[in-house]
Amino acid sequence: MTRISLTVDGANVSDDVEPRMLLVQYLREKLGKTGTVIGCDTSNCGACTVHLNGTSVKSCNVLAVQADGAEVTTIEGLARDGQLHPVQEAFRECHGLQCGFCTPGMIMQSVDLLSTNPNPSEEEIRLGLEGNLCRCTGYHNIVRAVQHAASQGATS
Amino acid sequence: MTATQERPSEEVEREIGRDRRRKEDQRLITGRTRWTDNLTLPGMLHLAMVRSPFAHAKIVSIDTSAAKAATNVVDVFTGPELGETLGVNINAWPITPEQVTPTHSPMPADRVAFAGEIVAVVVARTAAEARDAAELVDVEYDELPAALDLKSAAADEVLAHPDLGTNKSALWVFDSGEAGTGAPVEDAISKARADGIVIEREYRQQRLIPAFMEPRSVVVDPTGEQYVMYSATQIPHILRFALAATTGVPESKIRVIAPDVGGGFGGKLQTTPEEWIAWAVGRRLGKPVKYTETRSESLVSAHHGRDQWQKLTLAAEKDGTVTGLKVELLADLGAYVAIVGGGVPVLGAFMFNAIYKFPAYHFSVQTVLTNKTWTDAYRGAGRPEATYAIERLMDELAVEVGVDPLEIREKNWIKHEEFPFTTVAGLEYDSGNYEAATARAKEMIGYDELRAEQRRRRESGDPVQLGIGVSTFTEMCGLAPSRVLGQLDYGAGGWEHASVRMLATGKVEVVTGASAHGQGHETAFSQIVADRLGVAFEDVEILHGDTQVAPKGMDTYGSRSLVVGGEALVRAADKVIEKAKPIAAHLLEASADDLEFTGGRFSVRGTDQGMAIGEVALATFAAHNLPDGVEPSLDSDATYDPVAFNFPHGTHLCAMEVDTETGELRMRKYVCCDDIGNIINPLIVSGQVHGGLVQGIAQALWEEAVYDESGTLVSGSFVDYLLPTAADTISFDIDHTTSPSLTNTLGTKGVGEAGTIASTPAVVNAVVDAVRHFGVNDIQMPCTPERVWRAINGAGAGGSTEGAAMPHFGEAEASGTSEGGGAMGNQEQPGTSSTEGAGA
Amino acid sequence: MIPVAFDYVAPTSVEDALAALAQHGDDAKIIAGGQSLLPVLRMRLNAPEMIIDLGKIESLRGVRDDGDAIVVGAMTPHSVVGSDPLVAEHAALVAKAIEHLADAQVRHRGTFGGALAHADPAGDLGAPALALGAEFVIQGAGGTRTVAADDFFVDLFETAIGEDEILTAVRIPKRTGWGAHYEKFVRVAHQWPIVAVAATVRVDGGSIAEARIGLTNMGSTPVRARAVEDALAGQPATEDAVRAAAQQAAAGTDPPSDLNGAADYRRHLARVLTRRAVLAAAGAA
Repeated sequence: MTRISLTVDGANVSDDVEPRMLLVQYLREKLGKTGTVIGCDTSNCGACTVHLNGTSVKSCNVLAVQADGAEVTTIEGLARDGQLHPVQEAFRECHGLQCGFCTPGMIMQSVDLLSTNPNPSEEEIRLGLEGNLCRCTGYHNIVRAVQHAASQGATS
Repeated sequence: MTATQERPSEEVEREIGRDRRRKEDQRLITGRTRWTDNLTLPGMLHLAMVRSPFAHAKIVSIDTSAAKAATNVVDVFTGPELGETLGVNINAWPITPEQVTPTHSPMPADRVAFAGEIVAVVVARTAAEARDAAELVDVEYDELPAALDLKSAAADEVLAHPDLGTNKSALWVFDSGEAGTGAPVEDAISKARADGIVIEREYRQQRLIPAFMEPRSVVVDPTGEQYVMYSATQIPHILRFALAATTGVPESKIRVIAPDVGGGFGGKLQTTPEEWIAWAVGRRLGKPVKYTETRSESLVSAHHGRDQWQKLTLAAEKDGTVTGLKVELLADLGAYVAIVGGGVPVLGAFMFNAIYKFPAYHFSVQTVLTNKTWTDAYRGAGRPEATYAIERLMDELAVEVGVDPLEIREKNWIKHEEFPFTTVAGLEYDSGNYEAATARAKEMIGYDELRAEQRRRRESGDPVQLGIGVSTFTEMCGLAPSRVLGQLDYGAGGWEHASVRMLATGKVEVVTGASAHGQGHETAFSQIVADRLGVAFEDVEILHGDTQVAPKGMDTYGSRSLVVGGEALVRAADKVIEKAKPIAAHLLEASADDLEFTGGRFSVRGTDQGMAIGEVALATFAAHNLPDGVEPSLDSDATYDPVAFNFPHGTHLCAMEVDTETGELRMRKYVCCDDIGNIINPLIVSGQVHGGLVQGIAQALWEEAVYDESGTLVSGSFVDYLLPTAADTISFDIDHTTSPSLTNTLGTKGVGEAGTIASTPAVVNAVVDAVRHFGVNDIQMPCTPERVWRAINGAGAGGSTEGAAMPHFGEAEASGTSEGGGAMGNQEQPGTSSTEGAGA
Repeated sequence: MIPVAFDYVAPTSVEDALAALAQHGDDAKIIAGGQSLLPVLRMRLNAPEMIIDLGKIESLRGVRDDGDAIVVGAMTPHSVVGSDPLVAEHAALVAKAIEHLADAQVRHRGTFGGALAHADPAGDLGAPALALGAEFVIQGAGGTRTVAADDFFVDLFETAIGEDEILTAVRIPKRTGWGAHYEKFVRVAHQWPIVAVAATVRVDGGSIAEARIGLTNMGSTPVRARAVEDALAGQPATEDAVRAAAQQAAAGTDPPSDLNGAADYRRHLARVLTRRAVLAAAGAA
């Protein structure tokens, strides 16, 4: 067991974990942050995307021990003071989700994309989301959602 | 005290037709979700499965002692140890009385029939410890020859189940001559051979994997009076029935809950070995248990789809008027006959004739057992295969006649004034307008300009060629009239159930037997009920997916929820109004005959007297002043059995650029004009269409479940089973024409599968159209750049895909193979190193 | 899926990391960004007893100017390398390749040195490193040595890094003002390349004065297309001249056959993509 301490969605947390525990398992099993989900075992699907020290990572592809001392933001920490993040709002507005399983990762990656490129072209949006698989939407309305969020000035 | 709802009808915007944002989304976009894998119950134990690395082998012995001795392992079970409590996995649709159906034990005792089949289950305090111990289970196998290739299996060269004596499961035939719905097809073909056109083709429907995003998960809680199964399933009601029917637990002691379910596409229309094993283990130990599959396990063990060879003969007159169609299918069932199983190709049997006026039609399907993952419904189930075949053939006919592919279709399709039209397959199409949808689609894509550009590119020998693909599809959905299902020997009916409960506070609870997993039922159904009862959209709550809450239902598949479940809703809501009417009349001191109900209000004709239905609900709840003999409840149920299938249609056009140097494809534009009758929520419809399109396009271009020569699934992870990303797809132009269905009150047609059914042939037709001048008339799916390049260079339609994966993760190094081929597929097989001759 | 249990250390200096490596030998595996290693561990294709994490060694991060070369610390994330102005100016080919490497999340976490040390022949950095004549700085108990790119890639997933050594940095000779292009061929965006071509050229007065070309996934290691380079030298940067030279792109290669393409198709792709890459690098596409 290794002791780790980190900040998750603004809260300081600390646990003894097995070194083999993945960050996504730590979030789900130790912290009950089940909003972040696991969709594959090869890091292709991106459903587990969170922000680690401010940039997007696939939390199935990071060990919990590697996140020691880090700041993690999940889908559950994106809304502030009861206000949805503009990207969350845009996904609802543009029907950018159906079953919703890929949605946490899709939203977290979209937020990251807009933080580095506030006015992306459609092609830049599509390339920016290449690490996130969705099986329901055909991506059309996800792209619309990111465009909508950009038009609302969602950059952080 | 009276909650008056002043909603005069003229001020109320109708809910039906509005692009309401979804009620479901608030939770889903904030991560407040209830996926089965999120559930943790006190004392819960975790399961890990030990799976066979071999496609076909005798189980010589299983030594579980080391696993049982591991720390925090509670127990390890093999098939014999769980015995009859395991039950069996059933086929609900024996398509012929003679169907050969192998017994499907969830965990066989003596022989495995596909790579990935479960032979033992480990129970431990954590999932990690269960997985660790699974690797300690030592299984000795005696490998048997495996039946892998579909055509070879159909010839019984190697038997998938030696004791059955054959791989041929069932031969199902429809013949219009015998059925009296048309002429004998052989006469038409003979005549065409002598003095007409005969198109003969063989097309491959490759094996696909539904690949829903949420891996399957099951939790069994045996601690209450009712045993509870939570499952990531599309079919909680069918699952409950099957558990009762096969495991000896009374149905009344079983509660099944489908919590948030992350997509299905038919892939969760199944009763699975994993569910049955978890059920048996939970009952045995008296403790809650959970099993969540990995993606690799999902790809190898959740059912696959499609997988057919299609032998097709189309007869026509010289001018292109079709005279006959003969369809002979081979369909790969995989190792077992799944719950719908051979019924999937039968669902396509009535659709090969599509929108065309064939006077003669013959269909046969031979279903075949092999030593591969079982197959069953995948989005469209039978109809995509049929639509692909006929829409590809119509393009070939157009070439033969020398006319535009749309012209040959128009020559043969049912004219809008000819509806209702009874087809050569015996179905009555109630409504449609193929001319209107086609005209609109042509306008949207700029058809004539694209044809002109295509000519220019051909004439100039441009390395980038342009193709335009057409698909004028129809399909049958809204499964299904129970009487028809009975005639087809399906094991259940096709009705749907709804209840409407009027709460005292003015809220309305609606219970539906259709169990959504991403479709947006909560929103669309709320709109229907809000309109029908004249209550606020926000005041309607949709309940589903729990057999104690929604005790009756036939679940969600086959584009049935709206056209069957929605009709049940309408009927239940109408019953509420009928029950409320005498109470309202009594309270208003008027005659019921003088009341009219509009905009949620009963009013007395010719007066300003009236009351809202919510007021009636409260008065009924209080029951202080009801007419004599009237029960104090407005709550109503309806169970609706559809009278007919439902026939959406549309015209899809695809413009595809082909880089003739590399075979690379670039979709430039895709437009579709679908006629799905009246639309409840255009936003939800657009999502269904977009998503359906991409799944159909993905069959055309990317997806294929590939096995190697030993029966290992090579495309066993998302590295090698290629789902498209946002970067691989384009934005779509979609529109609608409206020919309301005449067989349901709302005039709606199904939309869940339409995009998938329509798009695959549109895309392949576009690819072939782009390179036809190189002498190409077919490219096998998926149309990989390599296949396109080889076709251009005269190498035919492309053979089977190489059964080897790239060794990206260094597994070659890890497992000691030289090629690394198949190692991805072996990854879930603990104990490989201790088994004889294991894949490495 | 859960890895087999292992022990874990995160040393804060290269020396401590080397000591840990010496102590655990074959049982240890180094983790850099972990973007290739963790899937392997999760699928239990490998089960080291000890994981040595280089993530806390600050000296291994960053890009710096070193006279006639730039030096990329092995633990610098792809996203940092890809947006570094020194890289853009002096090793544009690296920036071009990183644009197409995996996806944004992986680029945030995966590292320059980790990807090269993993030596996947389908990895996107090997061919640019070869083409640019990069030098690999490898540290062991006995000190530091430098290995030329041509000698670094030994075989499938095998490099010149010894079992008791660590790759600490990659020196990339400056090719300031050279045109660069990375032409990657995939079926879907999240795939490894079926074939890719890394080309960088020095154009002088409309002619290709010098060309350096690396091929991805055309053998068990990344390979240089030397025959093409030689044929291009002094040729005009025209479609015809480049097409002729690119015909030799597959010479001496040994590409795999798998479900993404047979060897002969890959050889054909190498020729077409090389032409395109060179023309684009020369600004003539």
